Amino acid sequence: MEDLLFDLQLVALGITNGAFYALLSLGLAVIFGMLNVINFAHGAQFMMGAFVAWMLLNWLGIGYWPSLILSPLIVGLIGVVMERLLIRPLYKLDHLYGLLLTFGCALVIEGLFRNYFGASGLRYSPPPGFDALDLEYGDFFMPGYRVWVLLAGTAICVATWLVIEKTKIGAYLRAAVERPQLVQAFGINVPLMMTLTYAAGVALAALAGVLAAPVYSVHPGMGANFIITVFAVVVIGGMGSILGSIVTGFLLGFVQGVTDVVYSEASQTVVFVIMAIVLLTRPAGLFGRA
Amino acid sequence: MSEATTTPREVAAAAAPMLQVQGLEAWYGESHVLHGVNLEIRQGEVVTLLGRNGAGKTSTLRAIMGLVGRRAGSIRFEGKELIAARPDRIARAGIAYCPEERGIFASLDVTENLMLPPVIAPGGLTVEEIHALFPNLKERARSQGTKLSGGEQQMLAIGRILRTGARLLLLDEPSEGLAPVIVQQIGAMIRQIKQRGFTVLLVEQNFRFAQTVADRHYVMDHGRVVDTLANADLSASTGRLQAYLGV
Repeated sequence: MEDLLFDLQLVALGITNGAFYALLSLGLAVIFGMLNVINFAHGAQFMMGAFVAWMLLNWLGIGYWPSLILSPLIVGLIGVVMERLLIRPLYKLDHLYGLLLTFGCALVIEGLFRNYFGASGLRYSPPPGFDALDLEYGDFFMPGYRVWVLLAGTAICVATWLVIEKTKIGAYLRAAVERPQLVQAFGINVPLMMTLTYAAGVALAALAGVLAAPVYSVHPGMGANFIITVFAVVVIGGMGSILGSIVTGFLLGFVQGVTDVVYSEASQTVVFVIMAIVLLTRPAGLFGRA
Repeated sequence: MSEATTTPREVAAAAAPMLQVQGLEAWYGESHVLHGVNLEIRQGEVVTLLGRNGAGKTSTLRAIMGLVGRRAGSIRFEGKELIAARPDRIARAGIAYCPEERGIFASLDVTENLMLPPVIAPGGLTVEEIHALFPNLKERARSQGTKLSGGEQQMLAIGRILRTGARLLLLDEPSEGLAPVIVQQIGAMIRQIKQRGFTVLLVEQNFRFAQTVADRHYVMDHGRVVDTLANADLSASTGRLQAYLGV
């Protein structure tokens, strides 16, 4: 019985990792769908989200809750500048150029942070009070903050999905993914919409970064560690599929948790094994359109 | 006595064309597709562009809308010069475009497709009026846009730009590939919106259909307007027209 509860705890922790995978791959899917750019800077933007929260707390005394709003706004603004100055000239070129450019941006951003903050982790404590959410039953223990991450991550994913599928703005987005020229000929400022979409995707990454700051230590490489797995999630879910990225994110977190129980040595590898199988059998991904 | 109160300026304004295109040139990449198109449309007219494939009819509509790589010349709409404007600005000025391929969005249902183009001015049709013109669209409101038949997609593509309050409609071959009964329905719709004061520039290959809806016809060849025909003269000029169209 105790063993089973301990195993369940590993699976639950895996699912909270899945919430981060889902949030990050969701932002990537939104950006890829609209801009046709594979945003390799996503991990660096996630890391910046965590660092901005840390700076707000340690330099300005601004706490966790305001940071959940402020940090995505600040990093989103950096996204606006990146889109306008760097990414916009690449739209007419092959995907590969956008990928290389954003990969370069990620290296520069991470280098700057490493230069200034060093490579070791900084501590960011969540505000007190999360222990009220602690789930404890025998050997099963899930810290309250993890419970909050799971709830908040799910809520943000559902809200993003609703905005895209059920609102007028979402209809513009879906239409512009199919025929940007025609949507612009209806009187919609599509270039502005692309800038804002990039900013929104980047803000989602930053929001995930703030949520992650108390769970993982805040350090310049934190995004790079995550982003490799997240790209595997995106490939498995299907490039550009919103629902696919959400479902696959949570699913792979769960699979990692289960693998941790069954054969923990493989828990980091299992995602890539699944990716290889999916690529061989369904190259467009589980939710992708071939 | 009303004539006495009309100033010469107002008379001039009433006589000025709604759309005046002069010396319009357009390029797609390196290929030069329009070589100085001149045409004029007055408020309330239905005018067609006739001509064989590749004559530049579709390119003329796309160039007016700003959807070509590069363009030069002059496009004045209600006194405003639009040659340097972006497509969204041109739409906001009051011109709406229905492309030849209809441009129905697969990821949107019929209602979302219908409601997509933003209203840019008062005076457009209400959704009820559009449903009265095209009852099929009401029945299939929740269907995926691209699950409709070709005729229904054409109705949706035209219906959605009637809502916006745009005063000039650019329609690219609305009759193409449709059953005769649907073509008649679309013809009736064009006559009806003309009565409501809409102005229409229509690209057509089918001059028998064009004859049933238009006031005037421009004939295009090799990226230029080569002739103008009043609708009343069309039957008399069939020989001339057939030479242009190569039929």
